[in-house]
Amino acid sequence: MSTAGMALNNASIVRSPQETAKIYLQEAKYEFLKNLRLRMYTASVLSFPIMFYVLFGLVLNAKEAIGGTRVPTYLIATYGTFGVMGASLFGTASGLSSDRGLGWLQVKRASPMPPFAYFAAKVITSMIFSTIIVLALFLLGFAAGGVRMPLSEFAGLLGTLVAGSLPFSAMGLALGYFTGPNSAPATINLIYLPMSFCSGLWVPFMFLPKVLKQIALVLPPYHLSQLALGIVGAGSHQASSTHWEVLLAFTMICLGVARIGFQRDQEKMYG
Amino acid sequence: MVETLEHSSPLQRKQSQGTVASLAAVNKSYGGVRALRGINFQVRAGEVVALLGPNGAGKTTAVKLLLGLLQPNGGKVRVFGGDPVNPENRMRTGAMLQVGRVPETLRVREHIDLFSSYYVNPMPCGEVLAVTGLEKLSDRKFGELSGGQKQRVLFALAICGNPDLLFLDEPTVGLDVEARRMLWDEIRQLVQRGKTVLLTTHYLQEADALADRVAVINKGEIVTEGTPAEIKAQTAGKKIRCITRLSFDVLRRIPGVMEVKHDREAVELHTAQAELAVRELLSRDSQLSGLEVSSAGLEEAFLALTQDGSRRGTESN
Repeated sequence: MSTAGMALNNASIVRSPQETAKIYLQEAKYEFLKNLRLRMYTASVLSFPIMFYVLFGLVLNAKEAIGGTRVPTYLIATYGTFGVMGASLFGTASGLSSDRGLGWLQVKRASPMPPFAYFAAKVITSMIFSTIIVLALFLLGFAAGGVRMPLSEFAGLLGTLVAGSLPFSAMGLALGYFTGPNSAPATINLIYLPMSFCSGLWVPFMFLPKVLKQIALVLPPYHLSQLALGIVGAGSHQASSTHWEVLLAFTMICLGVARIGFQRDQEKMYG
Repeated sequence: MVETLEHSSPLQRKQSQGTVASLAAVNKSYGGVRALRGINFQVRAGEVVALLGPNGAGKTTAVKLLLGLLQPNGGKVRVFGGDPVNPENRMRTGAMLQVGRVPETLRVREHIDLFSSYYVNPMPCGEVLAVTGLEKLSDRKFGELSGGQKQRVLFALAICGNPDLLFLDEPTVGLDVEARRMLWDEIRQLVQRGKTVLLTTHYLQEADALADRVAVINKGEIVTEGTPAEIKAQTAGKKIRCITRLSFDVLRRIPGVMEVKHDREAVELHTAQAELAVRELLSRDSQLSGLEVSSAGLEEAFLALTQDGSRRGTESN
């Protein structure tokens, strides 16, 4: 065996940090393009929060206020949370479960792709779509709902909501590892829709029945929406650090679950 | 293209005796099912070797072990003298696997662009498109391609990194004759550049058309190994068809006859030595008529090799 001969071009196959960075960029770029062209994804993820906002925030209740905050402003926070959650869950879970279940991830794993680039691309794409959704809500609110706020508030709200993409991307990765390619979308909806309702993303939190208010306290979208509402002066009395802590803990748990799935995949084989 | 040729040939000469990839006494089970049973198998530098076997023989498992996508339960898997999961090894290998669904909204060019970026010395995109005959389709979305075109894209992704070692898992499965021949031509072009190729197939014809060496695998074991000609010689008997008065019992006792069956008014004999059998037949039955001697088909020969195994076994993918 001429293993010496085999080693001869090893020197030329070490990647520079710039080249590695370029792979991360490429991976993210194509993940974004892939989802952007996927009508299933854009139609449900982008259009639902925007449609709801237009209907309930601009057409129906534009003149009303909830606890001193005007409805068009209030609903940017809640439908923003709803949109971010959808973009992140669908952006990570459904792609991952189908890539895993139908063999595409194996082709990628057999290539020299840095494994982390694949996950990073999904998270970055989810954040970009989250940004698009929140900006669209702002734009509509500004143009048609008379939404005005200081730049710092705008930046805070946008930043909080987009950062809120992370816990749901983590949750999506965990779901992607434990659902099949066919069951993933249904499973996501089964979690996403009730969770949104119970967290007060559709019906303002104060109007929810008492039982649901209790349940909401353990739901991550409730905490994200309260952070967002806090910025526009409509938050609950809890400290924002509590919300951040809950979201952080939730993210860590989901990443832990995703890691178990990742390791299980390394050892096991799928169709 | 000329440059690539010049570049690869000294390397190939240096490695021509070397083992590029190997499975040594490798066992692999899924649950209670043994997919590979103590398999020994080598891929040598610069050769095209085919793993030939029916569905569920363990071909895909062998490839996935060599790609580091699976870990063996026993034995050693080596690629370029090291563990297949080494990033340096992945940089020097390309793989075409059986995939259920490829992201459909990306264009051919984009798929190639992304995979090329994983490698340090990729082939230029234009060259990949030319070799795989995808130039005119480069702006099509993957989902808009035909089955044969999709396979060619997967092939393009396998070769775009300019790898030294190429794994092709059933590259032409499900393709029509024309698409299959087209892919064969592309694989041959690659081979001329001095690449080492391991391909799996359940078509003997494909192994015959492409491979320098064939290993027949069945039920997780290598049944036999050799050049395509040797494999065919081992198995290829002759088929004799004639109308005769001789009884089945008599026919079966003719030396070299393996099988006798009715074919309408005639009988059909399978034999290793046609000349011997024909001489016997003619001397025993002077009224024998309608004599035909033909080669047993390649597929029949292959069936004979793997005969009793093809019915059970596990799905290989």
